[in-house]
Amino acid sequence: MSFFHPAHGDGTGRFGRFGGQYVPEALVAAIDELTVAYDKARHDEAFAAELTDLLENYAGRPTPLTEVPRFAEAVGARVFLKREDLNHTGSHKLNNALGQALLAKRMGKPRVIAETGAGQHGVATATACALLGIDCTVYMGTLDIERQALNVARMRILGTEVVAVPTGAGTLKDAINEAFRDWVANVDSTHYLFGTAAGPHPFPTIVRDLQRVVGVEAREQIQRRTGRLPDAVVACVGGGSNAIGAFHPFLDDAGTRLIGCEAAGDGVETGRHAATFAGGKVGVLHGSRSYVLQDEDGQTRETHSISAGLDYAGVGPEHSHLRDSGRAEYVPVTDDEAMAALRLLARTEGIIPAIESSHALAGAIKLNADLGEVVLINLSGRGDKDMDTAAGYFDLVGE
Amino acid sequence: MFKPNTKSLVGYLPAGFPTVDDGVRTLIAMVEAGCDALEIGLPYTDPVMDGPAVQDAVTRALENGTRTEDVLRTVERVAARTQVPVLVMTYWNPVEQYGIERFAQRLADAGGAGCVLPDLPVQHSLPWREVAGKHGLDSVFIAAPSSTDQRVAEIAKASTGFVYAASTMGVTGMRSEVSGANLVARIRQATDLPVLVGLGVSNGAQAREIAGFADGVIVGSAIVRRMLDAPDTDTGIAEIRALCGELAAGTHALVGSP
Repeated sequence: MSFFHPAHGDGTGRFGRFGGQYVPEALVAAIDELTVAYDKARHDEAFAAELTDLLENYAGRPTPLTEVPRFAEAVGARVFLKREDLNHTGSHKLNNALGQALLAKRMGKPRVIAETGAGQHGVATATACALLGIDCTVYMGTLDIERQALNVARMRILGTEVVAVPTGAGTLKDAINEAFRDWVANVDSTHYLFGTAAGPHPFPTIVRDLQRVVGVEAREQIQRRTGRLPDAVVACVGGGSNAIGAFHPFLDDAGTRLIGCEAAGDGVETGRHAATFAGGKVGVLHGSRSYVLQDEDGQTRETHSISAGLDYAGVGPEHSHLRDSGRAEYVPVTDDEAMAALRLLARTEGIIPAIESSHALAGAIKLNADLGEVVLINLSGRGDKDMDTAAGYFDLVGE
Repeated sequence: MFKPNTKSLVGYLPAGFPTVDDGVRTLIAMVEAGCDALEIGLPYTDPVMDGPAVQDAVTRALENGTRTEDVLRTVERVAARTQVPVLVMTYWNPVEQYGIERFAQRLADAGGAGCVLPDLPVQHSLPWREVAGKHGLDSVFIAAPSSTDQRVAEIAKASTGFVYAASTMGVTGMRSEVSGANLVARIRQATDLPVLVGLGVSNGAQAREIAGFADGVIVGSAIVRRMLDAPDTDTGIAEIRALCGELAAGTHALVGSP
């Protein structure tokens, strides 16, 4: 199986009018080096073989496809979950972390930095670096550190330094800023292991290619199980890495709707949300042109989501292109809708999803009866890390 | 922008810091103390090129409610009260959201001399350069120690006014040692424009050292830090006045001011 999409593009990192490389000059050389190294790696069978071996024998791929008939009653279709929650470390994030950590090693970089919101990308990066013997530093907003204490502890036990970022709202956007600052100062020795399909070229392409494995497996699995392609693929979207990985192998399947679920927080109308498409406009953030939540002066707006992993003011440029071209649809899902879906899946199927993934579940419920007969939902991560939040939300300690 | 065979000191302060009015007072004091040009920062929520001092200052400016219009009015007020070139240093998104044409028109009308845009690389800069040129504004691009010779040539070709040489890899902030002679020499192979060195310069001795091999010095964080550390604005302005005097003496020691 090939992980890498044959149509790598023309090397400019443009997806329609989106993408690009809006970065300080100090980073250009590092980004050029990364582009060249990645292009070599993706054509190198030895690299693909090494990654495949790690994914199969370390990460636990392929992940299963689970039909969830009791949950499906709320959706009104046959529902299959792509179980990225069963990937080692509990989310799809390890696919990208292993690939980029291998790349860092090929580039001779002894140090890796990363940013994380919910901690899943941080844990995946810390894991890959521990496995490959690479020094690792992860930047994380102070608010996220507070609500994702378990993942902070996991990163630390893996030998990673977790740096608290108190600026801004103390969430993912601020952690990305701080990681960029570190990278500007340390580009010679350091690879920035970017966690989502956003950022300057070539990151959106690298992350998408490394996450395509999710959709490639799911496409084959669902055809084997049902004899057909799904009517819809549904995934949550913050930066959009799990969604682009799930969507991409279905892009040419005109009969399959691609539906991204973004975090509407308290509701798009309240202004307290992270629904980039519902409430944003085109601009430049973190190195690429895409939809951005911003005010009329172009200042990035503070976001809110109960899910730290979706609490981001931007979105990957390829999603913006898919949205504008009409190939994918994006629906806002509120905190309450996501939490209700989380509890429903737990109680009907014995699976506790991440709050991020619960947005996809809720999106499928919301579009009930409109999705066709067979629906594939990417369960991007498991919910262990979110139990503090869930306990508070549902008042479980008092139940 | 600068006269030939001179050494120039460029001072940076974000607009709206500590307030819009006090920012204007401070910028004027900087010129009175010896700055030959000013860079006025447009406060932005995600200043990835900036270290802690400038981050802190722009955050305060935004919390004070500073808007793009306030920045342009600051340029207007300072340009009207001084005879030095006034540049705006800004990340790209605020310019794009304001409207490229509208921003250039307003900046030119305000008496601004041009822009430094640290996250707008040359390959994405044509829309800006065309509009800036039409309005008589300079576009100053930054070259980094990591820039290849080909990039240096592209940066030099795209720049007008002067070329900004980053003394070091990293974000803005004071450093105990600064360098940049090698990069300045590489830029000079590609252009006759003045080459000024910024990032990390904080005292007169460093300014003098840099003026020995470059056409001038750009200082930001050290100036901002004086205001951040001051107990009140007047003390901050006095401290900045003293620092700019020291920096100007160092910069101008060998040749003189423009």
